[in-house]
Amino acid sequence: MTGLADLATPITMGILLGGLYALIALGLSLVFGVMRLINIAHGDLVLFTSYFGYVAMTVFGIDPILSLVVGIPVMFLIGLGIQKYLLNRAFKISMEAPLIIAFGISIILQNAYQIAWSPMSRGLTTSYALESFSLGQVHIPLVYLLDFIVALVVMLLLREFLKRTYLGKAIRAASQDRRAAQLVGINTDRIYAFTFAIAMALAAIAGVFLGLTFPFTPTSGVSFLIIAFGVVVLGGLGSILGTFIGGMVFGLAQTLGGYFFGVSAQLLVAYVMVLVVLGVRPQGIFGR
Amino acid sequence: MPERALLKVSNVDTFYGSIQALWDVSLVVNPGEIVALIGANGSGKSTLLNTISGLIHPTKGSIEFEGKNISAVNPFQVVALGISQVPEGRRIFPDLTILENLILGSYNRKARPQREQNLKRVYELFPLLEERKNQLAKTLSGGEQQMLAIGRGLMSNPKLMLLDEMSLGLAPIILNELYKALKEIRERGITILFVEQNVRRSLTEADRAYIMEAGRVVLSGNVSELREEEEVRKAYFGV
Repeated sequence: MTGLADLATPITMGILLGGLYALIALGLSLVFGVMRLINIAHGDLVLFTSYFGYVAMTVFGIDPILSLVVGIPVMFLIGLGIQKYLLNRAFKISMEAPLIIAFGISIILQNAYQIAWSPMSRGLTTSYALESFSLGQVHIPLVYLLDFIVALVVMLLLREFLKRTYLGKAIRAASQDRRAAQLVGINTDRIYAFTFAIAMALAAIAGVFLGLTFPFTPTSGVSFLIIAFGVVVLGGLGSILGTFIGGMVFGLAQTLGGYFFGVSAQLLVAYVMVLVVLGVRPQGIFGR
Repeated sequence: MPERALLKVSNVDTFYGSIQALWDVSLVVNPGEIVALIGANGSGKSTLLNTISGLIHPTKGSIEFEGKNISAVNPFQVVALGISQVPEGRRIFPDLTILENLILGSYNRKARPQREQNLKRVYELFPLLEERKNQLAKTLSGGEQQMLAIGRGLMSNPKLMLLDEMSLGLAPIILNELYKALKEIRERGITILFVEQNVRRSLTEADRAYIMEAGRVVLSGNVSELREEEEVRKAYFGV
């Protein structure tokens, strides 16, 4: 009877893949938790380093992960710029304005990617991206393990940063009570700028590993945004650990759904599960 | 020759959008004083504190602190200049620990070097905060949260502390402790301006008071004078 042993593959894959989903969702979660903004350009911003890594690889022969040495600071600065010059002003106009700005950024990016790299599907096909490894009976693509480890490390670093540094504490405080944060001497405009910049740095990391794991097109950002959304909502808004666990739960639902109901049902099962969890516990698994 | 006033609010108008909340308000706080700002709900007391703290900016008039005009200054800079507000409703950070709340009180760079020192002094004033320092702030009772809010306000090395409706929802026993703490804070050289609805209590705790109604200052003076004032007696003591 191969029954239960067979499950080992989708389960392992689901958990590891969940790491990638969590990595993609972290930036979205952070921005929403602190600034109450649903950054609908998040998926497209993640793709930025997917394409950046692609250029590094095909034009300069540089490994995409190495390209992050430039990619992360660039995205950090882009994040500072977007917050300071676009979103900050939008917040002062109305509640909807930042959403519209994000939408605009999304459209601009998707079209820019299309112009620069055509609608053709691309991938970061490095040598290790095509390898797999075995755990007993289970054969998994190596990148899945890489994604998971990176996601875990990034999550732990982020948690330590938020817990131990003044800036990290200030970010948490500003997300809990903006006015009190101001009254305590925190420059909340600057905090928001840093938060968005950090979220972009996280997106940068996610973009490269996304590109190593899946083929992508100019419009892939939207699909991953929706997954990230599901992950954040599942794990609980405002919780870093929640996003990580949410990612794994989502990944598991997807792979197990695919195992039992076929590949085309994968995402459907995952989203149905998000709905079920929301019905039972609307604030998400770790939500406040 | 009288000392220069620590805080001088002169003829301030403040608007929320198109609605005027303060009309030609003037107020002075001298170093070492405890001044009360009294009035019913909606009289503009909180608005005045928020204007001083820089959360809103006046459209007319000026606010001077230690001789410097601070009417256009951002809230976080007001803290750096030496004014700390303990806001209405306490507004402690609920999902941070007591210690984290206090540490954030010294966020502004000028106050950071004295953090450990200030922490010790806050613990001396409110020993309970030290006992429970790793507890989440949201698990505290109202009175304990008020102590935390005051402690947090002290961490920024203020010269002037603003307290907005400290006594809301608190039992008299706890209030006595808090007012005792305020006196101790004054002993340490910090000037206090507090907002209250309770006239009687305010007049026993303060040196001077301003009474506000509908966005204007209608009466002011030493508390002994005010207690004798015909209007005060009629309006607030029913005599």
